[in-house]
Order: sequence, then structure tokens, then C-alpha cells
Amino acid sequence: MDTPAVQDPALRRLVDQVRDARGRRSTLDIRGGGTKPFGGRPAGDEPLDLRPLAGISSHEPSELVVTVRAGTPLLELEAALAEHGQCLPFEPPRFDAPASLGPAGTAMPGPREGGKIDLHEAAMGGTVGGMVAAGLAGPSRVAVGSVRDHLLGATMLNGRGEVLSFGGQVMKNVAGYDVCRVLAGSMGVLGAILEVSLKVLPRPPALTTLAFDVGQEQALALLTGWRRLPLPLHASSWHEGQLRLRLAGARAAVLAAAERLGSAHGGRALDANEAAAWWQAVRDQRLPFFQPAADEVAAGQALWRLSVPPTTPELSTPDPVFIEWGGAQRWLRTAAPAAQVQGLAAAAGGHASCVRPVAATAAAFSAPLPEVLMRVHRGLKQAFDPDRVFNPGRLYPDL
Amino acid sequence: MAALDGVTVDAPVMARPAAAAGAAQRRTEVVAALARVLPSHCILHRGEDTTPYECDGLTAYRARPLAVVLPETEAQVADVLRCCHAMQVPVVARGAGTGLSGGALPHELGVTLSLAKFNRIVKVCPQSCTATVQGGVRNLAISEAAAPFGLYYAPDPSSQIACTIGGNVAENSGGVHCLKYGLTLHNVLQVRGYTVQGDPVSFGSEALDAPGLDLLPLVVGSEGMLAVTVEVTVRLIPKPPLARCIMASFADIESAGNAVAAVIAAGIIPAGLELMDRRMTAAVEDFVHAGYDLDAAALLLCESDGTAEEVAEEIERMSAVLRRAGATRLQVSSSEAQRLKFWSGRKNAFPATGRISPDYMCMDSTIPRKRLSEILRAIEAMEQKYGLRCVNVFHAGDGNLHPLILFDANRPDELHRCELFGADILETSVRLGGTVTGEHGVGVEKLNSMCVQFSAAELTQMEAVKLAFDPLGLLNPGKVIPTLQRCAEYGKLTVLRGLLPFPELPRF
Repeated sequence: MDTPAVQDPALRRLVDQVRDARGRRSTLDIRGGGTKPFGGRPAGDEPLDLRPLAGISSHEPSELVVTVRAGTPLLELEAALAEHGQCLPFEPPRFDAPASLGPAGTAMPGPREGGKIDLHEAAMGGTVGGMVAAGLAGPSRVAVGSVRDHLLGATMLNGRGEVLSFGGQVMKNVAGYDVCRVLAGSMGVLGAILEVSLKVLPRPPALTTLAFDVGQEQALALLTGWRRLPLPLHASSWHEGQLRLRLAGARAAVLAAAERLGSAHGGRALDANEAAAWWQAVRDQRLPFFQPAADEVAAGQALWRLSVPPTTPELSTPDPVFIEWGGAQRWLRTAAPAAQVQGLAAAAGGHASCVRPVAATAAAFSAPLPEVLMRVHRGLKQAFDPDRVFNPGRLYPDL
Repeated sequence: MAALDGVTVDAPVMARPAAAAGAAQRRTEVVAALARVLPSHCILHRGEDTTPYECDGLTAYRARPLAVVLPETEAQVADVLRCCHAMQVPVVARGAGTGLSGGALPHELGVTLSLAKFNRIVKVCPQSCTATVQGGVRNLAISEAAAPFGLYYAPDPSSQIACTIGGNVAENSGGVHCLKYGLTLHNVLQVRGYTVQGDPVSFGSEALDAPGLDLLPLVVGSEGMLAVTVEVTVRLIPKPPLARCIMASFADIESAGNAVAAVIAAGIIPAGLELMDRRMTAAVEDFVHAGYDLDAAALLLCESDGTAEEVAEEIERMSAVLRRAGATRLQVSSSEAQRLKFWSGRKNAFPATGRISPDYMCMDSTIPRKRLSEILRAIEAMEQKYGLRCVNVFHAGDGNLHPLILFDANRPDELHRCELFGADILETSVRLGGTVTGEHGVGVEKLNSMCVQFSAAELTQMEAVKLAFDPLGLLNPGKVIPTLQRCAEYGKLTVLRGLLPFPELPRF
């Protein structure tokens, strides 16, 4: 079937590979930059490399929309947006590829010649397709929304080797089921993302970060008090006795809020460079807290992400906690068994996901689901990928 | 809502005589089965009782269901669903019936499940800035309940006095405020309800995400085809201390369209950005006497909200952009009363249109903002082509058009010409890179237009998504996704779109 949809040679090869794998009853491990190896592994017999399908197809700065192919390095997209003063508002994390994954992602990008990227050196903080498939957002998530919220459209390859487009390039669109948005965070189990349209925003005109020396309980109380006020809150973090609060928006609003909160609660403004470095390290999970060392891993330590209602009180754990998203995201470093951590999150009305080390995430990346939802999940897998060609076991063992 | 009933013509969907005999037999069986799980006052099945339910806000399409049930408890909802599932009876959930695309049109051999009695606000939590309400609670009632805490629920469809949150979830409703604050999807944390089999189910959570696939975007906007909603947890946001509105006049509609694109391009996201053309302005001025500039070819309403400092800064930036874009006159509201007056015409656009034309049909397509003036020109040409007038009022900031095509159903051929006019607008919107519906939903009204927007493989994939939730296809069947046979008869099935044409040189 040679439709106009698959005239692109890179796409042609992907379609052929999927149809061939399906015919041989083989499975495919969808691969971008190889920077997010968590979840059930191995997730397929052969890699399906999306990196050849790269490039920005359309960027209309005045429309606040960018359409980009899945294999495009995330850093390349961000650089292109920055040229127009724009950004991905949800601050997706940019990881390095672990060396163990082989030549695809051994290091951060090498030198670029004539605008070309060496595929085998460039992890470039992952790819756009990986960003959407993992669905992870950074510190601003609570203020601006998630990856899914900024996804306007997607073209995908399903398990029958069909190229399908859902959504579009406009902000409001309720024609049919919102299929593109379910791809955000799907970890590739429904199909391979080929191209996405994303809503982008101008970078905020003003940013200020305040720091407060407070304990965890007081930090949570402050965050809860601020939530219901019309303040330009943009991000927050608490760790080891320090609450940091980023304000963003119109210059006048940021200045007024910084003045008000600073004087009311004893906050001090951080130097702009220091603040930027802090939020970048939080966003990309580069602080030591997020990266258990080899000896800590050997001692059973793991990093967990707990997503809970923001008003959840201090977690009853002796282990160190790092708070984000106004209290709605709590990182936990612990050697406790998975069931115990998942129980802690569930008791608060949330869920827990093991993030590092990679080996520990295989069985604990996605918290268990009630049977009625699992039934829907199996139904959706059947609907998109009936022969289980893509990423089998990546999200749940029977998907 | 009577005010929205622009179209009053004979129903294209009528019970056929042979089917009617079968329906009577089936009605007896189904009502008997429902009577085993519901008290008798919760079941309506006589003609005079079910007639009020025969249509929603799209009154051109009518059908009478076998029965209407109004359960009072969740256990009853589950029982009704189990009962209908066992008998393979279609179920159509219904909120206030204000939808504009026929999403709640009854099924002739089905049961209409009204959530009207689920009208309780379960809790408003100012600490987490959330409200948990039953599906039948009215949109505006949420903001009213949140007001004592300085909070409100942002999505504000025009029908917000009457429409329910359950219906908003079904349609992913928008409104004036969604340019800045997002659609229903962006403001809903959790939807609790029942599967077609009657099993309790929750989508989303009170946290910011949930494990597994994110099913919330599928359920929100699914037009009642995937599950039945009984309770919704929404995000509340702090009420801005101040809002001010600029009313800008333009000498031609194209420069107004270009001004919209210029505002967004300047990096400003107004709290509302709406456009009315001269015909619309004249109709609403006659209705509300707001003092609109009747000489202007088009008016833009551009609103800023936030703290006093924020609003002052933004109004200044907006004014500069609008002036540069050729505004002939700018008025900035100087009081809350004046701001509400500016908006009164926009909010009354539909009833005002009802006064200038016996009937009208409201379209709802979305296009990229930069194509606004192009589509407005195309609509002007269509007025000649179809011999009908059209007034324009729309959510300009989102590129979401609401052309109102004026016609008289009593004149031969006008409804038919109106339908062709509407289809032409939708198809032109798709060609300009847009979509056939921005916020009103597909329902039954835009089934044909779905054939223009999606390929056979895409429609088949959507149908498969439905079957993952509802394997027998019993929840609101016949809506949203046209059959491929229908598309073939319509003769406009699109080809696969695939990737965007690649403008740059290949890199590899």
C-alpha cells in the first residue's frame, strides 16, 4: 500500500520493519535517544530506531505551534524554539543515555558539522518522540500543565503498520476521540509516535526565585496557603530545610508577589544564575538526590516518584524526601520494598513509580491497576497493536 | 435551553412504522426489566413523559427512546447498566440536554439515562483548590460554591447557567475563558463513573497523574460513548482580583482577523479574545443596548485578568498591538459594570440572532489563527453561492469559529441550502488545516464531516477504541464515528494524511 502518507523514505522503512516483524511474529523495542530505559525490559526482540525520522516539519511562532518528527533531538527542538523566544512550557527532563545501552547513546552530543548530527553520538537529551511517550514534565508542570496538555496532534504507526493522524495543529479540537493525547506517557505500548504537534509558549517575561529556610511541615503549609491566592507561582521545591519558589509572568506581577511573599515569610531572592542552575538540575534530575550511587544501589537504595494529592501531609517515612509541584510530587530515596512504597502512596490517594536504578524499575515502574482498568488497558492494546509487536511488557507484563 | 433552539424543523430521525411495532414490544420488555431495579417514579415510558427528552440543543434531530430513567443512587445507575447490558439495550446518558450537536439524541431502541438527580456538590476543598461534584451539577453552580473561598471553575460554555459538568466532560466543553485557562480536559482531575457493564471505574486521580495509560483524555470528550459519569473532581483556580476589557473597532474584517493573530504572536494570552462582525453587532446592539460601535466592520473584545499591576501592564501591551494592527477606535472598560456591558452582547449573540432570523444553524470549526481572514472571505463568497446570510461571532483567540447561518425552515430548500453551506464551511476549515468541531462535539450533526477529516483507517481505529471500553457497542451508539458505508455514500472519505510535507532539506 503506497499511499501519500508513506512516501517519506525514512517512514517507508519503519512501516516495512513493522509489517515484517508482525509477519514473523517478532516484537519491536521502540528506540529514540535511549535515555529513558526504565520500565519492563527487554521490551522487544529488535530495535525500531526512530532517529532517522527527524526534523522540524513546521514552526509557526505566531500560532504557538510546532510540528516535529519523533526522532528529533529534544535539545535541537528547544534551541529552535529559543530562537523565537519560545519554549516547551512543561519543562521535560533531558537525560543522558546510559553507556550500557551501547553506541546509540554513549555520550552527550558530539561536534556538529554542517548542521548534521552524528546519530551515533547524539543523545541530545533524548528525542521528542521519547519525551511524549514517557510523558514526563518538569518543575513548571503544576503551573502550566503536562506533556499531554500541550499535545495538539500526533501521527503514529499502529501494530498493523498503518500510519494514522489524530488531533491537529489547532488549540480546540473535539472531532472524535482524543486519541493523540493517550499516547503521552504510553511508553510505546500502543504504537510508534512518528510526528507530533505541540503547543508552545513565549518564555515568561520575568522570573524570580525566593528561598525560605523552613522545615517540611511548614513548607507544605506555606504551599497550601499560596495555592489559593492569585499569585504567579511557577515552580516549587523543598529539600533539606529549604523551600524554593519560582515566580514567573508579567514583570509587575512577579515583582509585586516577590515583595509580598518575601517580606511576609522571610524569603530571600536568589541570584538569577544560581536560581537557573537549581531549576535546571531539578528538571533534568541531575542533583545527587536523584542519582543513587553504585554503592547505594548495592545497598538496595532506589529513587521513587510519588504522585499524590498536594495536600498530603508529611509522608510517614524515615527516608529523605524531595518535594515538588506544590506538594503533588514527592521523590523518595529508600530501600523499602516496592509494595511498601506503593502502599504509602496509595494510602495518600496517589501512586508510586520506581525511577532508578533501571534494574529496579522493571517490575515497579507502573503501579498496579484495578482489574476494571486493566481490562480497558488490554482492550486498548488489542485495538492498536493486536499482535503485541510494540514494547511488550514495557508498561505492564500483559500489555 | 429554549434560547438556543434556533433550528426547528421536522426530524430527519423518525420512527419508521415497521420499527415502531417492534419498538412497542421491546419497550414492554425493557420497562418490565427496569422496574425490577428502579422505583416506578424513576422510569418514564409514556409518550407524553418521554417527549421532552426527544432532542437536545440540536432540535432538528429528534427520536423517542424506549424509556427514560432517572436513577437517584449510584447503585441504581449500576443496576440500570447491568440490566441494559444483559438485554443488549443501547444506553444514552444525558445531562441538561443543552448540547448543540445531538450527542444526547435518544436511540429509538434504547434507554435514555438522565443524570439530573445527581446534582449534589460533594465537597469544595480550598486547601487543594478542587471541587468534587456529582455529574448533574450545573457548570455555574461549581463557581458559585467556590466563590466564598475566592476560587472558581474556569471553563465557561455559553450555556453555563444550565449545562451540567457531566455533559461538559462528555463534550470537552470550552468557552470564552479556555484560551487562557484551557478546556474541560485541562481542568478535570478525576472522572468517576460506571462502565457499560455496570462496574465502578475511576479515570485520573486527585494527584496530577495516574498509573498506566492516561485514559482521561479519551473519556473527556467521548460524548458518552465510553463510560457513564456520576462524579467529577475539578481544579479550581484563584479568582483574579481584576479584569478589564478592550473593545477595538476595525474598518474591515480582515484587519480584525489579522489583529487577533498579532496579539497572540506578541506573546500575549488574553483571558478572552472574541470577534463579532458588523451584522452580529447590529443584532446584539438592538437586543442589549451596550453602546457598540455600529460603524465598525468588526469588533474585537480583548480581556486581561490578574493582579492590578499585571492587568495594567497587559492592557498597555494589548492596546499597542491592536493600534498597530489598524484598530480605528479603542475603548477600555473603566469599571466592572462597563466590562460586563461590553460582554453582554457577545454573551447574548445566540438569542439576538433568534430575533433577526426565524432559524439559524451554528457551526463550530476551528482553523489556525493566521487563516482567519481567509476563511471570513470564503464565508462571504459562500453567502452568494448558497443565497443565505451568515453572521459571525467567535472565539477568535482559539481560531474557533461560530458562523451562524440564517435561514427560514418554512421556505422550500432553505434548510437544504443551509446544510450545504455548513458542510462547505467545515470542509474549507479542514482544508485550511483546521477541524470540523472545536467545542460542540460531533454528535450526529457532523458525522458526514468526520469522513472529510479522517481516513478509513483512522475511523476504524477510533471504533476499536470504543470497543475496548464497550465491546458490544451499547453506549450512545451511532454518534461521533461515521460508518465507512456512510462515508462512501457521502463520497468524501479522505485519504491518509501522514506526515506534514517536509519543508527543509533532508539531513541525512
